Amino acid sequence: MTAYQIYGINGPVVTVRGETQLQMMETVYVGTARLIGEVIGLTKAQTTIQVYEDTAGLTVGEPVYATGSAMRVLLGPGLLGNIFDGIQRPLPALEQAFGAFIGRGAQFSALDTEKTFDVHLCVQAGDRLCGGDVYATCPETDAIEHRVMLSPDLSGTVQRVQPDGAYRLLDTVAVLQTDDGREVELNLTQTWPIRTPRPVQKRLPADRPLITGQRVIDTVFPVAKGGAAAIPGGFGTGKTMTQHQLAKWCDADIIIYVGCGERGNEMTQVLTEFSELTDPRTGRPLLDRTVLIANTSNMPVAAREASIYTGITLAEYYRDMGYHTALMADSTSRWAEALREISGRLEEMPADEGFPAYLPSRLSEFYERAGRVETLGQREGSVTLIGAVSPQGSDFSEPVTQNTKRFTRCFWALDKSLAYARHYPAINWSLSYSEYTGELQNWYRDNVSPEFSGDRDELCALLQEENALMEIVKLIGADVLPDDQKLVMETARVIRVGFLQQNAFHAEDTFVPLDKQFQMMHTILHLHHRAKEVVAKQIPISVLLKTGIFDKLTKMKYDIPNDRLDLFDAYIREIDAAIDGVLR
Amino acid sequence: MLVRHLKLSGVNGSLATLSGVEKAANEEIVQMRLSDGTARTGRVVKIDGDEVSVQVFEGTRGISMANTETVFTGRPMEIPLSPEILGRVFDGLGRPIDGMGEVFPAEVREVNGSPINPVSREYPRNYIHTGISSIDALATLIRGQKLPIFSGSGMKHNELAVQIVRQASTADGSDFAVVFAAMGVKNDVAQYFRASFEEANVMHRVVMLLNLANDPIVERIMTPRVALTIAEYLAFTRHMHILVILTDMTSYAEALREFSGSKGEIPGRKGFPGYLYSDLASIYERAGMLKGVEGSVTQIPILTMPNDDITHPIPDLTGYITEGQIVLGRDLDYKGVYPPVDVLPSLSRLMKDGIGAGFTRADHADLSNQLLASYAKVQDAKALASVIGEEELSADDKLLMEFGRAFEAQFLNQSFTENRSMDETLDLGWSLLSMLPRRMLDRVDEKTLAEHYTGNE
Repeated sequence: MTAYQIYGINGPVVTVRGETQLQMMETVYVGTARLIGEVIGLTKAQTTIQVYEDTAGLTVGEPVYATGSAMRVLLGPGLLGNIFDGIQRPLPALEQAFGAFIGRGAQFSALDTEKTFDVHLCVQAGDRLCGGDVYATCPETDAIEHRVMLSPDLSGTVQRVQPDGAYRLLDTVAVLQTDDGREVELNLTQTWPIRTPRPVQKRLPADRPLITGQRVIDTVFPVAKGGAAAIPGGFGTGKTMTQHQLAKWCDADIIIYVGCGERGNEMTQVLTEFSELTDPRTGRPLLDRTVLIANTSNMPVAAREASIYTGITLAEYYRDMGYHTALMADSTSRWAEALREISGRLEEMPADEGFPAYLPSRLSEFYERAGRVETLGQREGSVTLIGAVSPQGSDFSEPVTQNTKRFTRCFWALDKSLAYARHYPAINWSLSYSEYTGELQNWYRDNVSPEFSGDRDELCALLQEENALMEIVKLIGADVLPDDQKLVMETARVIRVGFLQQNAFHAEDTFVPLDKQFQMMHTILHLHHRAKEVVAKQIPISVLLKTGIFDKLTKMKYDIPNDRLDLFDAYIREIDAAIDGVLR
Repeated sequence: MLVRHLKLSGVNGSLATLSGVEKAANEEIVQMRLSDGTARTGRVVKIDGDEVSVQVFEGTRGISMANTETVFTGRPMEIPLSPEILGRVFDGLGRPIDGMGEVFPAEVREVNGSPINPVSREYPRNYIHTGISSIDALATLIRGQKLPIFSGSGMKHNELAVQIVRQASTADGSDFAVVFAAMGVKNDVAQYFRASFEEANVMHRVVMLLNLANDPIVERIMTPRVALTIAEYLAFTRHMHILVILTDMTSYAEALREFSGSKGEIPGRKGFPGYLYSDLASIYERAGMLKGVEGSVTQIPILTMPNDDITHPIPDLTGYITEGQIVLGRDLDYKGVYPPVDVLPSLSRLMKDGIGAGFTRADHADLSNQLLASYAKVQDAKALASVIGEEELSADDKLLMEFGRAFEAQFLNQSFTENRSMDETLDLGWSLLSMLPRRMLDRVDEKTLAEHYTGNE
């Protein structure tokens, strides 16, 4: 290994004097403690390295070792249920080595190399394999089968194959002769550089939704499988809570949860909660389909920058196996701030608010790694990206929010005033949007109801109308409105309180199947349509309100269990009876 | 063999530069001796070949290029620790200033600390009873939490902090020790805290670190780190429950900005350095509990929002790191409500898992949701009343106004010495909600209402 000498140190940035053989983005080990670093700048005069660990105590003249390769992650069975830091060091192993406080400079294998897996080999000697083809499978957890694929940059003919059986991660299970005549031993792993997207056969249209069980998302602002969504919101508006709800209930096969510069206690919470909660589809603990990446706010800032890429590479790896994966990044603003911090140390020319000028291009590179694809081995998989954004001072005009908005097609704006009124999820219906509604229309028509899209549009229109009326009400009070407008206000209230608001702590309400969402929406609109008859007959709306039917609908989310959709018929009958009673 | 450097190559603000230094280590401590015999301490902050920048804790006044001898110690910043530090008073760097002599160290620890491994954390669940209704019911403090008080100049945050310290108790009866760190506060404020601790007869369980308004700003940057190192030692090595009060974080952040400016760093928002978030996180994230270890560190940082602006970078970034916030409101303060807690923006993120049956009371979550939702509606009614006059309001809105006034006068308002039990607080909440008609309570299910609602329909 070539060694160089440290010349300068400034926070997490270390420099080496003179011309070196180091490459851009090459991983290096810094100092006698062998801290992990990455080359981020090369000039004739000096090489600049960002260090992923605390640099306190590092001395001028200590060695810097080259590794000759870019920052890579180790991919193989054992990822699921595990928790890593931003550069894929397993936190449980760090705990064993250092105790409760994280030490520095240790090198760990990301995956347990001693654990054995029940491997089934699915190729024979003589088979021709291309990059992305599956040559072995093993149950990684009870819920997920791990498909061991040939690395995308390899192809060739299988020479020898081991029989099915128990193998460790690095045991050779097959031997491949590549087209240029090399013999490559295949084990259960591969590695991949985190900043390079994994190749795919072709991209597929984003025309099916990621079902999350959250009404305001699935019905009003849906995100497609393979789409990208942003959740911006000031502190206390429920970004993390929304991310947790999505990670728990969305219908992706694999969840990668990246805690990027956020609170330590939150990661602990995810860890404990996900091992206790069971996945409604498989009946197994949620942790069995989840990989956690935790780089909390007080862990080194450079590793925070890397954590997003580590996460997306893992997501792409499972996508290539033919799974639908979803990556939750909480929060991308912290990642952008890490960029800014490093950029500041390099004394680069700052653009908006001190962020480097390359912020938009980095963000677009990241969000473009989302997508529904046909993989190299002709399987279908997707990566859905859901990034939280923490705008400074809750001001959505700041650079990270604005640039994220350009590269995501779904925008769930969290609103402080809704959060103050404890309206959760605090997704503001007039600031948020989803560009996927058009593409998903057909799916909803075929899989839920032909009336779905029409109902949704009407629901949104009512909310919009209420917004306009609110301006008047704020000035002169609700009493002076004519009855048809009062009805809009009342229906909108039912929509807001009874439909958009969802209680994450309520056993029935935390996850609501699409059919129930549709029925709820349809029932509310049915009431609205029938109530218009009352208004048309010049009967005061207060007479109808007295029947309590509006209040009854606001509570139907609790009163109708998720598996008793037949109860909606009784509600429709009750509405009709109430209206007919008033009309009579 | 320690080398003495007889010359400096530059002095700028609190930063001194030396050239010709071999093998300096990042963040090591240097000792400086001036020709008049006084000593200073500094820390290496930047190395560029043989040129080293040193942050001088006591400031650079009186230092010239030639009158200072510098020795590199090769050690990071460390402080001596022992159980005897309880009851003692130190300066901002952890040096005793109470005339009771040096601390005999049982252990020496680096002040920067290391991040707690998320895997080793215990998720905090036990609530701390403060006897203050607005906090206990609506933004419950949990052991191991970091819950800042966002205040403004002239508001009663100090009184509130003292009241919390005096009244804080836990469900299992274990007691707190307090680590109090003053950063850039006025001398009389520090005196007030000290007198209050003595009056409450808790001084033997308090460690005080005082960096007052006229003390060097570079020391101020170390003060919270020293405080938290002491807290971690007492909590995780001596297994005590520690409440850390950091006041005033605004002064801390401003010291950081001043220092960053003198290093010539590129400023971010409002001139604060781009790493303000990471820096604040390295302080706040040191709160918590460890799996299988008795003891906890709970933080109550106090910060005064410049111009009462919650979007200012200091409260803004703090809110993104801490687990909620207690916001004090100027309007309530003017009305004479004490403590003037503005409950709508106040929040405790850990509350949801630390309240309810088995912790406080089964109806707690419902009650707090409903109180906040109703009080939010009061604000709408108030806004409307200011336009059309209260007389013109609808009957429902008039009821809301009445509820709002009673809520502020009876629930939020309490005396400095009043220690309300959890039952008292929750029952008071229900009796206030019972002023409203039952149909207006849309956050509570029928069963809970049947148990607690006492109003007429």
